[in-house]
Amino acid sequence: MTPVTQVEGRAIPLGIANIDTDVIIAAEHLKTVTRSGLGAHALESLRRAADNVIDDPAYTGANILIAGANFGCGSSREHAVWALMDRGITAVIAPSFSDIFSGNAFKNGMVTVVLPQPQIDRLMAVAETQPMTIDLTTMTVTTPFQDRFSFGLDEFRRDCLLHGTDEIALTMASDAAIGTYESSGAPMLHVPRG
Amino acid sequence: MADPQPQTLYEKIWNAHVVERRDDGTCLIYIDRHLVHEVTSPQAFEGLRLAGRRVRRPDLTLAVPDHNLPTTARVDGEGKRVPIADPASAAQLAALEANVATFGIPYFTDRAAEQGIVHVVGPEQGFTLPGTTLVCGDSHTAAHGALGALAFGIGTSEVEHVLATQTLLLTPARTMEVRVDGDLGPGVTAKDLILTIIGVLGAAGGAGYVIEYRGSTFETMSIEGRLTVCNMSIEAGARSGLVAPDDTTFAYLAGRPMAPKGAEWDRLVGYWRSLKTDAGARFDKSVVIDAASVEPSVTWGTSPDDVVGVSGVVPDPTGIADPVKRAAAAKSLDYMGLTPGTPMTEIAVEHVFIGSCTNSRIEDLRAAAAIIGGRHVHPRIRQALVVPGSGLVKRQAEAEGLDQLFIAAGFEWREPGCSMCLAMNPDKVPPGERCASTSNRNFMGRQGPGARTHLVSPAMAAAAAINGRLSDVREMMA
Ligand code: SF4
Repeated sequence: MTPVTQVEGRAIPLGIANIDTDVIIAAEHLKTVTRSGLGAHALESLRRAADNVIDDPAYTGANILIAGANFGCGSSREHAVWALMDRGITAVIAPSFSDIFSGNAFKNGMVTVVLPQPQIDRLMAVAETQPMTIDLTTMTVTTPFQDRFSFGLDEFRRDCLLHGTDEIALTMASDAAIGTYESSGAPMLHVPRG
Repeated sequence: MADPQPQTLYEKIWNAHVVERRDDGTCLIYIDRHLVHEVTSPQAFEGLRLAGRRVRRPDLTLAVPDHNLPTTARVDGEGKRVPIADPASAAQLAALEANVATFGIPYFTDRAAEQGIVHVVGPEQGFTLPGTTLVCGDSHTAAHGALGALAFGIGTSEVEHVLATQTLLLTPARTMEVRVDGDLGPGVTAKDLILTIIGVLGAAGGAGYVIEYRGSTFETMSIEGRLTVCNMSIEAGARSGLVAPDDTTFAYLAGRPMAPKGAEWDRLVGYWRSLKTDAGARFDKSVVIDAASVEPSVTWGTSPDDVVGVSGVVPDPTGIADPVKRAAAAKSLDYMGLTPGTPMTEIAVEHVFIGSCTNSRIEDLRAAAAIIGGRHVHPRIRQALVVPGSGLVKRQAEAEGLDQLFIAAGFEWREPGCSMCLAMNPDKVPPGERCASTSNRNFMGRQGPGARTHLVSPAMAAAAAINGRLSDVREMMA
């Protein structure tokens, strides 16, 4: 994974709550065996409306998405993260995220920032004209208007993002402990037959 | 010496699976069971291949295709395999077949009698056991909590992590008890109960929590019913739902092909009996619902918490105080093509889908068949599908003559798979048309672009098929 310390750029002020994974990438586009190429179908159902903010030329090249509460609810499909990233979105700011979406995002180096609604409202307004900066070292979102909003992030996730850690390699370093557990006689270590 | 700290069922399963505990409270958790299907696994296997990694425990893994398989015949009259028309679906199935062969993973082919929806197959085979940790690249994995397994959906990166290490790095969840006591009324099913619970909690109300379903209503419920309840925990935002294992659980599992046998069975049943929340254990949140207050339920909008009793009406968004929720409700109604104040039972439907991991087990098919009796689907219905959850469910239903009853009534009787639950295969609801569906998600476009979904129980779906509109099943029960 590529290390991430900062995401800087224009943000799309989408703002809608409960954007589910079927909206982010519809099931009909999940028939792929690679991670790439899904961007063309990202948020497709919202983009059918002629005046949708996502395709507004003002936000061409935007790399941040600002959404409403419970972003990414629904399916576990990591395709939702891949689709947004394929479209160039590398960070999402929202009042809350579904557990699985934020987990999937982090594993792909996408930054999810949780901020309270009033600060989101402010950033939505800023986004109309100005870029913003998400900084993982200072854990802040800042704007050219001197806004400075602090956010929290799980220590481990932050570390992995900053260092671009390969989580599987990290766990494989615990191989001996996993082996010890497997030979511990823990009650559930039953192998299915059939 | 002080008494040991009372623990919830969740805490007991969690503690039994900690391989390593890190300073920040994150734990490396051992995973006992991993279910794999064709849609969320190809990129994970690709990752393994690129890094030169193997699958650590193929023996704890089980693969079965379900999401995008067509539900039409898979072998022709001469027993030859029927090719999948859609090249992308065919490629995904071929990738799964190649991957399970390369990595040595047990596999049910698309033509095996055991094939079906992952969440139907796991319990049915005895692959799912109480007290295990079970994962799958699918959010409805929570279903397996019905057997007392800590089960949750994971993304593809986590699928790869489990394949490589048989563990996941996790932070403990908060605990919530949803307590329901008493009997459900006539015509009220596990589906109506979970829809009601989701309506109470809200679509994000369970986020960060593992829900344990407690109380006499769940204790007297069948495993099929518990599977329906736990399945939809994710629709309230919770990653897992649990019901403590009991004699009903053990009776369901005894003799299943992959379940333990003999002395090992006895040993495990002894252990499973200890898997109950201790008296005095603390939940972070408690919600109490009276079983008698639950009505046959139906969704009106595009979020699973948009629920009303079937005797209710389409709600009026202008009455919602929260501006964000008000806007969402208005948008939902616009998409659904509904007018506030319309009685739910006046809403005409053109499609009926009985299937999905929520409601495609034998008990569900029996419940739908019981409502149909000898009646026929309404002329307005363009398509009524019954898609059994597995080949074994299908076989059992056929042995009971249910297939003939459905076919005589005007339903199509299909091969097992996810089908119209997510419309990845050719089974779709056309744009603007309306479906009474026993599945679990009414999101925009879930059953096909522009499709309008009303989530209901199997009995309510059968009633809708007969009347050509959403109906109160209680009026159809003789
Ligand atoms: S039936 Fe629907 S919800 Fe269940 S596993 Fe298949 S797609 Fe997912």
